[in-house]
Amino acid sequence: MSITPIDRLEFIRITAAATSVRKDTKSGVSVAPSASVTRALALRVNGEAVRLDVDTRVTLLDALREQLQLFGTKKGCDHGQCGACTVHVNGRRVLSCLTLAVMHDDDDIITVEGLERNGVLHPVQEAFIEHDAFQCGYCTAGQIMSAAALLNEPCGPSDDDVREQMSGNLCRCGAYPNIVAAIQSARGRA
Amino acid sequence: MPSRSVGRSVVRKEGRGKVTGAARYIDDLTFPGLIHARTIRSTIPAGEIVDVAFGFDTSGFTLVDYRDIPGRNIVALIDDDQPCLAERLVRHVAEPILLLAHADREALLAADVRIRYREAVPTYDATTSPIAFKTIAIDKGRIDQGFREADVIVEGEYRTGHQEQLYIEPNGVIAVPEHGGVTVYGSMQCPYYVHRALKVLLDLPDDKVRVVQTETGGGFGGKEEYPSMIAGHAALVAIKAQRPVKLVYDRVEDMLATTKRHPAVIRHRTGVKRDGTLTAIDIDAVIDGGAYATLSAVVLSRGVIHATGPYRCDHIRIRGRATMTNTPPNGAFRGFGAPQTQFAAEVHMDRIAEALGIDPVRIREINALRPGDRTATGQRLGRDCSALAVLRETVKRTDFKRKWRAYARLKASRCLKASRYKEGGSRGIGLSLFFHGAGFTGGGEVKLASKASLALTDRGARILVASTEIGQGTRTMHAQIVADTLGVPYDCVDVNAADTGQVPDSGPTVASRTCMVVGRILQRCAEDMRERLGRLTPREYLKRHGPLVITREYERPTDMAWDDNSYRGDAYGTYGWACDVAEIEVDRETWEVKPIAFTTVHEIGKAIHPVLALGQIEGGSAQGLGYALLEEVVMRDGRMANAQLTNYIIPTTLDTPPIDVVILENPYKHGPFGAKGVGEMPIDGPAPAAINALRNAGFDLREIPATPERVMVSEKQEPRHALHA
Repeated sequence: MSITPIDRLEFIRITAAATSVRKDTKSGVSVAPSASVTRALALRVNGEAVRLDVDTRVTLLDALREQLQLFGTKKGCDHGQCGACTVHVNGRRVLSCLTLAVMHDDDDIITVEGLERNGVLHPVQEAFIEHDAFQCGYCTAGQIMSAAALLNEPCGPSDDDVREQMSGNLCRCGAYPNIVAAIQSARGRA
Repeated sequence: MPSRSVGRSVVRKEGRGKVTGAARYIDDLTFPGLIHARTIRSTIPAGEIVDVAFGFDTSGFTLVDYRDIPGRNIVALIDDDQPCLAERLVRHVAEPILLLAHADREALLAADVRIRYREAVPTYDATTSPIAFKTIAIDKGRIDQGFREADVIVEGEYRTGHQEQLYIEPNGVIAVPEHGGVTVYGSMQCPYYVHRALKVLLDLPDDKVRVVQTETGGGFGGKEEYPSMIAGHAALVAIKAQRPVKLVYDRVEDMLATTKRHPAVIRHRTGVKRDGTLTAIDIDAVIDGGAYATLSAVVLSRGVIHATGPYRCDHIRIRGRATMTNTPPNGAFRGFGAPQTQFAAEVHMDRIAEALGIDPVRIREINALRPGDRTATGQRLGRDCSALAVLRETVKRTDFKRKWRAYARLKASRCLKASRYKEGGSRGIGLSLFFHGAGFTGGGEVKLASKASLALTDRGARILVASTEIGQGTRTMHAQIVADTLGVPYDCVDVNAADTGQVPDSGPTVASRTCMVVGRILQRCAEDMRERLGRLTPREYLKRHGPLVITREYERPTDMAWDDNSYRGDAYGTYGWACDVAEIEVDRETWEVKPIAFTTVHEIGKAIHPVLALGQIEGGSAQGLGYALLEEVVMRDGRMANAQLTNYIIPTTLDTPPIDVVILENPYKHGPFGAKGVGEMPIDGPAPAAINALRNAGFDLREIPATPERVMVSEKQEPRHALHA
């Protein structure tokens, strides 16, 4: 094989390094390739306008958790493999560990904390409680965000259709039967 | 009298926090002045450290190695052989050697540490390894006589691989230096295991170490003993830096470095009469402990005690060995040795049936344990032995015999007609009958001497136990037991955090003991409290008499006896009984095996909370199907080569077939409301059921996982293959 696999973090490191070298060549200062570059962003998170200065290498997941203290969104693998970090970007579900925060200037982000309206749970959250659609709870925010997005996606009526659309969200506790039941019940309600 | 909550599916105590994102897990917490730590690990499987060089400016960093350990350099558990930080010798890849800490995570990750080694020759084969952590012998009757009575002898060797627990929340802790000692917060199953390990490592008295479990994103055994290691690391750094320290693994590190299920090689030699009656069972089991002993001795113990499967036989010989290899130490994983040995027993049972020309149900009906029978260790089973009941219910529910014969006929016709070879998939149906002892093995519960406390509150009571909520519903189920015993509504019982500064040592949250053993102690606390209250309400009592806290300790049922030297006696308080039926389809282009239907009947004494119990059974079954068909840890030169979720495959919702669960209740007299353990049993049965289904479809597998490569080869080995050559 002639292709050298690089993982995402390495990719980010390389691209970020390229950016920083270009910028800092202009200023005439030599820097280590890992030096940070900061960008100002204006976006909406859970309905509120937010201004953020982000390191260009920072993922949306880390920006949400570490800069906005929105800890409901979880880091299960940081490689886009488990789905625990799923959030909505302009109404569509996105793996927040696979997208850089800097790419979301002017975007509308919803996290699990933003589903509740005036103390009333989202129908999917209600259904998850009713059907005990979780055990340890660590994948739950991601499951719920995927499910809430699914309500507005084209999806057939059967359990198998729901399974297909939820197959990117891993649950090691194996609460899958209850997750499917909860989603079907929320779809009926929505 | 409030309505009873036991037997009803009340709302989970922590449910709302988990669906709103308010629940706080370890990585969601921070402390003022917090710094981050990183573990520097060995890159070789065996050898000696020659020297360590730092390729970075170390100012601003906290560096910790074994010389910073104030107490003993061990992770205190059973054998105390595992160093917290390697000194000179390295026994496996990813062995912790150094700790670095820095306020800036980028600087921490960029720090370059170079370690030179003198390499030694590693050992990878558990069956030939010269070092045994533990050997166990179980003898019942006279094995020679058993073989003399046999008409047929069936032999076989069965292999199971590693399995990674893969809790979605990786291991993590925060250590805070305070009050001349340390407080550790973290994701864990057993706060008092961590407490004890820290005291030994740091040479601190009881009251200078406090351990607090934070919301825990799954454990499955993977957070039984390993948190003692990571807590030790964080505590060492915190004490040296005198700052709070966060140490959270990323997914790859967690998979490379932490424990997994022990791989096993199990040989069976069985004597049987023509009518199907077992006359002799001779088993040799070797489990791969990895580089240090961890819990291997007790995993082996549970493994060998369950090695016959739930069958009666007068002449039994079992030899078990847990050996050392130069791979990361293996440890606790749901089932704890029993999934390995019962996989072998149940696949072997189908082969015995095949050798005799009888069907898989009949061979089990003839030999299943009945009330009054004695197990391999000589334990006489009580009326709550339900092997036959679960078998018959499952067979009836799945129309097993008819389907089994139909698929077997299809297989035969396929062999004769090469032209049909690639038409669609091959289907098969398979069955497994299994049991699982609840609570610690043998005298374990007596040694643990677990305690539980109940404090009277205005509204009802507060539960104080070290049992942890890791998703299985500990808080909810304990509150139900207390509420009904005390006679207050479920909502009036709350549950304290598992904080060693506040709760007594209720033992570890493992071994399917949290309901049956700790729940029973709590029930007795509530009985006492109810008596003390008399006719007073909690509020009236508190006003008149002041605070009331009741603490009770585990009491061994008087009818239980165990001798650890001879391995004879009552190995467990009781057993749960279960039967699985898996229906599978093999894709004849890709050789992938898809489970298409799964049925399980579990007898668990009493379902305190039916939905939680179903969740345990469904979840354990899903993990068991992953173990059977998907999950393969590839070890290359002692290092896990597929330490990520793209190539270590766990079941998604699409890989999990509809799971039909039936719960039967046959009460255990010493369990709370009759309850037995349920957490582990579900993972014992899916692998043999799936492999037996493959046998029914024409594939002779003796090893899991049944990856496409293995499935393809297993059909070629069939002699009938010559027919369509």
